[in-house]
Amino acid sequence: MASDKVLRGTIAKISGPLVVAKGMLGASMFDVVRVGRAGLVGEIIELRGDTVSVQVYEETSGLMPGEEVVDTNESLSVELGPGLIEQFYDGIQRPLQNIEKAAESPYITRGIIVPAISREKKWNFAPSANAGDDVEAGDILGTVKETVLVEHRIMVPPGMKGKITEIKSGEFTVEETVAVIEDERGARHEIAMLSRWPVRKPRPVAKRLAPEVPLSTGQRIVDMFFPIARGGTACVPGPFGSGKTVIQHQLAKWADAEIVVYIGCGERGNEMTDVLLEFPELEDPRSGQPLMKRTLLIANTSNMPVAAREASIYTGITIAEYFRDMGYSVALMADSTSRWAEALREMSGRLEEMPGEEGYPAYLGTRMASFYERAGRAICLGKDGREGAVSVIGAVSPPGGDLSEPVTQNTLRVAKVFWSLDAQLAYQRHFPAINWLNSYSLYTATLGEYWNDKYDGEWDDMRVQAMSILEEEDQLKEIVRLVGIDALSREERMTMETAKSLREDFLHQNSFHEIDTYASMDKQVKMLRNILTFNRLGLQALSRGALLREVINMPVREEIARMRYTPETKLDALDATEERIKDDLGRLAASGGEEDVA
Amino acid sequence: MLPKEYSTISNLSGPLMVVEKINDVRYDELAEIRLASGERRRGRVLEITEDRALVQVYEGSTGIDADTTKIRFLGDVLMLPVGQSMLGRIFNGRGAPIDGGADIIPETALDVNGNPMNPYSRDYPSEFIQTGISTIDGMNPLVRGQKLPIFSGSGMPHNRMAAQIARQARIIGGHAAFAVVFAAMGITFEEASFFMEDFRKTGALERTVMFVNLADDPAIERIATPRLALTCAEYLAFEHDMHVLVILTDLTNYCEALREISAARKEVPGRRGYPGYLYTDLATMYERAGRLRGKQGSITQFPILTMPEDDKTHPIPDLTGYITEGQIILGRSLHRKGIYPPVDVMPSLSRLKDKGIGNGKTREDHADLMNQLFAAYSQGKEAKELAVILGDSALSEEDKAFAKFADLFEDTYVRQGEYENRTIEETLQLGWELLTIVPKKELKRIRDAYIEKYLEPLLVVKESKAS
Repeated sequence: MASDKVLRGTIAKISGPLVVAKGMLGASMFDVVRVGRAGLVGEIIELRGDTVSVQVYEETSGLMPGEEVVDTNESLSVELGPGLIEQFYDGIQRPLQNIEKAAESPYITRGIIVPAISREKKWNFAPSANAGDDVEAGDILGTVKETVLVEHRIMVPPGMKGKITEIKSGEFTVEETVAVIEDERGARHEIAMLSRWPVRKPRPVAKRLAPEVPLSTGQRIVDMFFPIARGGTACVPGPFGSGKTVIQHQLAKWADAEIVVYIGCGERGNEMTDVLLEFPELEDPRSGQPLMKRTLLIANTSNMPVAAREASIYTGITIAEYFRDMGYSVALMADSTSRWAEALREMSGRLEEMPGEEGYPAYLGTRMASFYERAGRAICLGKDGREGAVSVIGAVSPPGGDLSEPVTQNTLRVAKVFWSLDAQLAYQRHFPAINWLNSYSLYTATLGEYWNDKYDGEWDDMRVQAMSILEEEDQLKEIVRLVGIDALSREERMTMETAKSLREDFLHQNSFHEIDTYASMDKQVKMLRNILTFNRLGLQALSRGALLREVINMPVREEIARMRYTPETKLDALDATEERIKDDLGRLAASGGEEDVA
Repeated sequence: MLPKEYSTISNLSGPLMVVEKINDVRYDELAEIRLASGERRRGRVLEITEDRALVQVYEGSTGIDADTTKIRFLGDVLMLPVGQSMLGRIFNGRGAPIDGGADIIPETALDVNGNPMNPYSRDYPSEFIQTGISTIDGMNPLVRGQKLPIFSGSGMPHNRMAAQIARQARIIGGHAAFAVVFAAMGITFEEASFFMEDFRKTGALERTVMFVNLADDPAIERIATPRLALTCAEYLAFEHDMHVLVILTDLTNYCEALREISAARKEVPGRRGYPGYLYTDLATMYERAGRLRGKQGSITQFPILTMPEDDKTHPIPDLTGYITEGQIILGRSLHRKGIYPPVDVMPSLSRLKDKGIGNGKTREDHADLMNQLFAAYSQGKEAKELAVILGDSALSEEDKAFAKFADLFEDTYVRQGEYENRTIEETLQLGWELLTIVPKKELKRIRDAYIEKYLEPLLVVKESKAS
């Protein structure tokens, strides 16, 4: 493959983003090629004798058979190094800001080649290893302060082992040599801060671990009922208008990951603009710094070339893995994986492959599984045995909201958390519109242990109790619908009231409210405890003869309804509410009702 | 030098033809087809190999034969000559004037496919547009640069509503140049002349550009029509700083034409026979709405589509809803009750509303009032459903108040005249008046300060009237 001769072929056929070229004997699968006079970027996706099929990442109109196709002998790769964070890339890692400059136009024109990482900018490299040290793949040579939140660690590239013969310190561009390593055979390797990695190949780790630490998101229904673990996978399917994108944005904002990679895959341009304008303004609740300082955006909006949409997912996860290798917890949001699957379907159709279900290629399931499988928690390469994680949260856009379609079904087979969005809840303006009866998380058992340790064994009990109240409400509602509310016993009416409180005061969360938008686990536990305490003591009071009306009209319930607006710095107020619930209901129970408790 | 003329047409199938033994032909190139009768048609290269080109004929293949028909490739993609003189003119679906006037004086010619907007260069839409229709302005506000489709059904008054929006839409306090670009795809002569007459009568025609492809015009031409309109809109918006409202009707016909070509090409079909790339294809049109940093103008889109059998999960409305920033849904039951415009506010949604309303844009109380009206209407409808099952007597006093609210909401807030242009203040006032019906303690979504300021005076008036 690595010959000096440049391989050149000619275009034989053009059909949309698919170009067939002949005279390409010696090309390899997934090589990047330059197509035509304009030098459009493409990738070989099928090989047949000397004929190759190329998916082109740019608009192909104006190409002509007979034009040249040049093999670059490289597979589609991303550039890795300082300068990634805060960037806004397209699907094949071209910075959109520089595209604007190069194109001198607000439109993306063709054949633009701009480097992913600035070659001019100098970074201050601080070595952490010394000359003479024996190093192996993954060992940290030195660090660069990339943003206030991110320390970029320069690592020995995978596959390399040897002795540092030289290591520098000071200001360098990403291409300059910062260290020299001599391997066992005496060959010298110059290490720069910039490295490359093929996107379709997972980066290696030392050992994979089971996910058992939670990824806190500050979203009550997520953290408390359907939690995701660091290194875990989750999917959010829902019809349009049910708030998929808002949930993805919320997680990108508030998840306690150290790095966030947000991929807008075949979605709206204005949504990406929104993120771009909003994130620098928002403050990370943990560090107090702008959220943008830990975020990287990849946008391939729905009107950008469809083949690059297919690549954008891989570009994103490769960058996420790179930061994981440094020992970070990375969260990757992909909105939406359905558009990615559609890009696969379109290319498959043009290749005239035999279609599987609904026209999707038969390998859809394998591709999706291998993408989600790149998530995980792991011991990274390197002697220090540091731990990193990539958590993947994929949005799915099922046609007509019908979850039986192939993309959703294939996703459900691999993703461990399922947040089912419900159009009905969205119509009622209940957000996040995650249906609590259909959704599930397979991490609740492991994460339950984690939180139980922290909250004296109370966490899991509360979760189970709240869930069963909500389920009971669903059955009681059925009865009310048939025979009216009068058919219910007082205890059942109390359950209905508590379920309503759970829905309105706990599960409902206003992402546009400055305080309600994020709730720490401490706050969530206190809130849920108060609602359940009210339920328990309320039932007790009822059994002692208090009237239902007396219980549900207690003034303390207004305090419960306002718990969500309690700032994180004043959580004591929630403990005070708990005391009040105990006092007031205790007094009511003691008096046996029929008495003013104000 | 004239391009080479070929007479090597081999296969014809539907709107597609195959031309053999060609050279120097580009993908997506425009072709001119000359029939034996002298008639000229236009086509576009859909697929090309070294010696064969697959050409889609815009006017259809009727009358084309393999023997005497000749074809030339014009060396360029489909271009639209554009200029400010297009305002006030009517063109056919291929961009030729049909109003009897002279050809326009082009300032430049543009590729009708356009280029994707760089998301980095976009500016977030945030300026409120007043349409004068309460259900839009009050409940699902539209902002400049948004794409907000109307999901309708056959027999519903979406055209009258679109014409009303085109007539009335304006920016509060703004004097910026405003234009309407109108693309008709496969609508009937009657519908098209309704728009033309309406625009002419109200004087809106002067600031309107119309592209009209009628139901009996070639179906394949419809593929190009919306793209011509959007190219014209982009030119007016970003070269001449105009605020352009683009009305595309009816997208269902467009998608049908797309399906026809896909079937003729024997492509693997997606849902309901529509091609798998329908989403991408629609996105390349819808995403041409927006605003750009450093540019004055904007493109706001109003695509109209009729949902087959009022089914929102049909691929056309479904995929549209995934791309556009919300949707206005017309309800059949409101229409049956004789309410115009029959906007069903519950499933309707404007995704960009939050940034376009409030203090300095509409009024401070707008967001709270909107949420409260949604909640009250939803509660009122539930109460009415309950009354159907269990009878009116089963309703509590509260429920009765809400049921009354829901009825009055439909009757006074939703219903309005076709030529009634309500200002946003009038719309908000109407909302507050309706809220006097429901018990004050139920108004949980409105800040106390606003209740004090806007509701209390109304309650005082109401009481004094009652006594």
